[in-house]
Amino acid sequence: MKKIISHSYYIPVNSNLYESTKLLTLQSLNNSLQSRMVSYNRFTLDNGLKVIVHEDFTTPMAVVNILYDVGARDENPEQTGFAHLFEHLMFGGSVNIPSYDEPLQRVGGENNAFTSNDITNYYITLPAVNLETAFWLESDRMLNLAFSEKSLEVQKNVVCEEFKQRYLNQPYGDVWLKLRPLVYKQHPYRWATIGKELSHIENAEMEDVKAFFKRFYNPSNAIMVVGGSVKTEDVKQLAEKWFGNIPSVKKELRDLPVEPEQTVEQRETIYADVPLNALYMVFHSPARNEQGYYETDLISDLLSRGNASRLHINLVKSKKLFSDVSAYTTGSLDPGLFIIEGKPLKGVAMEDAEAAVWDELNRLKTEFISQDELIKVKNKIESTMVFSEMSLLDNAMNLAMFELLGDAANLNNETSRYLAVSADDIKGRANSIFRKENSTTLYYLAN
Amino acid sequence: MVDRTLTPEFRQVEQIQLIKAEPYVLANNVKLYVVNGGDQELIRIELVFKNVNWTSAKPLQAYTVNSMLTEGTSKLSSQQIAEKIDYYGAFLQMDYNYDYSTVTLFTLTKHLEATLPVIKAIITDSVFAETELETFKTNQKQKLLVSLEKNDYLGRRLFNNVLFGDTIYGYKTESFDYNRLDRSQLLEYFHSAYQPSNCTIIASGKVTESSVKLIDAFFGQDWEKGTDAVPNLFSFASDKGTEHYVERADALQSAIRLGKLTVNRAHEDFPGLQVLNTVLGGYFSSRLMANIREDKGYTYGIGSAIVSLQNAGYFVIGSEVGADVCTAAINEIEKEIKTLQTELIPQEELQLVRNYMMGSLLGSLENALSHADKFKNILFSGLTYEYYNQYINIVKNISAEHLQQLAIKYLDFNDLEKVIIGKR
Repeated sequence: MKKIISHSYYIPVNSNLYESTKLLTLQSLNNSLQSRMVSYNRFTLDNGLKVIVHEDFTTPMAVVNILYDVGARDENPEQTGFAHLFEHLMFGGSVNIPSYDEPLQRVGGENNAFTSNDITNYYITLPAVNLETAFWLESDRMLNLAFSEKSLEVQKNVVCEEFKQRYLNQPYGDVWLKLRPLVYKQHPYRWATIGKELSHIENAEMEDVKAFFKRFYNPSNAIMVVGGSVKTEDVKQLAEKWFGNIPSVKKELRDLPVEPEQTVEQRETIYADVPLNALYMVFHSPARNEQGYYETDLISDLLSRGNASRLHINLVKSKKLFSDVSAYTTGSLDPGLFIIEGKPLKGVAMEDAEAAVWDELNRLKTEFISQDELIKVKNKIESTMVFSEMSLLDNAMNLAMFELLGDAANLNNETSRYLAVSADDIKGRANSIFRKENSTTLYYLAN
Repeated sequence: MVDRTLTPEFRQVEQIQLIKAEPYVLANNVKLYVVNGGDQELIRIELVFKNVNWTSAKPLQAYTVNSMLTEGTSKLSSQQIAEKIDYYGAFLQMDYNYDYSTVTLFTLTKHLEATLPVIKAIITDSVFAETELETFKTNQKQKLLVSLEKNDYLGRRLFNNVLFGDTIYGYKTESFDYNRLDRSQLLEYFHSAYQPSNCTIIASGKVTESSVKLIDAFFGQDWEKGTDAVPNLFSFASDKGTEHYVERADALQSAIRLGKLTVNRAHEDFPGLQVLNTVLGGYFSSRLMANIREDKGYTYGIGSAIVSLQNAGYFVIGSEVGADVCTAAINEIEKEIKTLQTELIPQEELQLVRNYMMGSLLGSLENALSHADKFKNILFSGLTYEYYNQYINIVKNISAEHLQQLAIKYLDFNDLEKVIIGKR
C-alpha cells in the first residue's frame, strides 16, 4: 500500500471529535461508485496552464483541483518546511480578494489543500451552479497574493503548532525527522515536508515568500482539473476568462541532486519516552512511474494487507512476535522507500524481531509466490481502484497526479500495470531491494 | 477586462433530493432497508446490532466480540475468512461505537452470492478461540499503552467519563480490563446480541431484486433466536461544570476538551443547535477557528460539535493548543460563547452559514451509500424523512434571536466540563 505523508491546510473539525466513539481506528473505504474508465477532455491555455475536464452529471456538485508542481523537495536545505508554510499563506488573501474562505463558503463550497515532498495540491468542492466562484478565487491567487504580514506571522505559529501536534508531542512522532536524513544523503527527500526543525519556519521572511511565489506559482507550473456537473465548453470559457490573462512564466527545469546508490548497511538506535520498542526497516525502492514501483507496492500488500497477509499470519498470529507490523511504500516521484515498521511484544528481543522480518523477506527472495496469493492481492488492488473511481474528488486528484507523471490517460492504465506483475517479477524485485547494503534499520527504544 | 474585485453571481442550494430507503421485512422479522441508486455494480451491506447488556463488570464484552468476529468460526480460521473476502476483491469491516456494533461488507454486486456465506458464518458461528483471544488481549494492551501517551486520547477519555460515568459511553478502559476478558463472556454476549431480533440490515448501492432475494436467503432464515438481551438505557444528570486538569510535565501542547450534555437528534432544538454550533466551531471560518487559529495562531485546529447518541446528546469543543497559550485559548473560547449569548449573529454571517450548510448537505450526498448514511441518522433516532425537511427549513430560516436563545439555554460556559491534559 502506498502511504503518502502529506500536510493538510486544516483537519476538518468533526473528524477528530466524534470518532471518539471508536476505541480503535478501522480502515474506512471511500464511499464511491464504480466506473472502469475515468473520462476527460483537455486543453492548454496560451500561458501554459493545463486544464483537464472530467464531466460527471450524476452529481449536482463540481470540484476544482489545482496541483502545483512544487513540494518540499524543491526547498533550500536551509529553509525547509517552506512549501508547506507557503500553502498556508495561499489562504491569506489574494491581490483583489481579501478573504479566500469566506466567499467560497458563502456559495456553499468547501476547500482544503495538502503539501507533500513532491507536490502542493489545492481543491474545492461546491455546488456546480456556483462553479465560477471557484475560478474567481483560484485565478486571483495564482495572479498574485496579498502578502499580508499578519497572515505570515499567524501561519508561522499555526504551522509550528502543527509541527508540535504531529511530530513532537506524539509518541514516535519524530521518527521520520530522524529516519529521512539517515536514508537520504543527497536528495532533498532527506527532510520531511514539515521541515527539519521549528526554527526554519520561525525564520521565514516575507521576501522569501514573495520569491517562492514568483518562482513556482504560475500557470505553466500548474495543472487544473475541473470535474462534476460541468460542460467542457463552459469550463473553457471560464478558464479563458479568469486564468487567460495571468502572465506566462517559463516552467523551470528541476535539477535535484540524485541520491547515490547505498552500498553499506546502516543501523541506528535511539531512545525516547515511549511505552514500547519499535522497529523500522527501510529500503530504497523504485520511483512512482517505474514498473518496479508496482512490484514493490504488491509486495507490501502481500506482506501486510489484511488478516491473510504474511507478516500478520506469521509474525503476529503464529510466532507472536509483534502486536502490529506493517509494510508500505512512499510512492514518491523520485526513487522512494519501502518501509517495514512494527512494535515487538514486550519481552521480545529487537534482534529476534528483526530476524523474523528478514526470514519473511528472504522467503520472497528465494521462493515463488503462489498464483492464488498473487491473484488475491491483485483483486484487492483492482477493487480498491474501482471503489476510488467513484469519488469525484479522487478522480480529479488522480487525473492531476497522472498528468504530472506524464499523461492523465495513464490513470486508466493503472490497473493493468499491476496486473502485468508476475511471480517472477516479485521474486526479482525482492532480490533487488531486500539487501542488507540497501537497508537502514532503526531501533526506536523505550527509555 | 474582467473586474476581479467583484464576486461572481451565485445561487443558494434550494432542493435536496434524497434517495429514500425501501423497507422490507424478512421471514424471521429482520428489518431490511434498501437504498438503491447509481449505475455502478457495487453494493454495501451493513448488519447493525444494538449494543446491549451493559455492565461495568464486563466493559469490553461488546467491543471485543465485534472486533473478533473476523477471528474464526467453527469451520473457518481467521486466515480463511480473510482469504475468501480478499479473493473476490471485497472488503469486510467491523465497526463498534457507543450504541451499535456493525458488520459491513463492500463488494461488487456480482460477488454478493460468493461473499455473503462468510458474513452469515461470522455472525452465527464465531467461536472466539482461546488462542485468538490471548493474542487479541496482548496486542490491544500494547496499543492501549501507546494511546495513553497521547494527550488527545487522554482528553477524550476523561471527558467522556466526566459526562457519562461508568456507562458504555464513558467507561475508561484500563489494561486490566483486558485481563478480565474470557471466552465465556464473549460467547454469552455473542448469543445475546447477534440474533435476528437485534439486527437491522441496510443495503445500499446497486441493489437488485436478486440481491434482496440473496439477503433474504442468508439472513431471513436458518438463524436461531438467541438469549434475551437487555437494552442499554441510561439517563444522565448535568452537573455544574468543573475543571479536570491532568498535568503532563513535558507537554509541548495541551489537549483541551470542553462540553456538556445537551439534546440529541430526536429533540426539536437539535437542528437549530447545529446551526449555532456551525457558527461557533463547525466549519473552517467558524468563530473559534477565526479567532484562535487564524487570528492568534494558538493551534493547528479547533472545532466543536453536537453529537447525538441513543441515550444522550452532547456538545463538545476540542483542540490541541500550545502549552504556553492554553489558558489564553480557553479565555477566548469563553469570550466567543458569551458573545453568542449576548449579541445577535449578524445577518451576513448567518446567511453565509446557511449557504455553507446547504452546500455541505448537498455535497455529502455523493452516492447511494451516503444517502443510506443519511437514512441511518433518522432510523436510529426514531425519526422519518420529515426530519430533513425540518432541518432544511430551520437552516434556511432560523432567526438570530432564536439562535441567541439556544446559546443561552444550552451553552453556558460555567456549565461546561473543562478537561485539560498537559499544561495550563
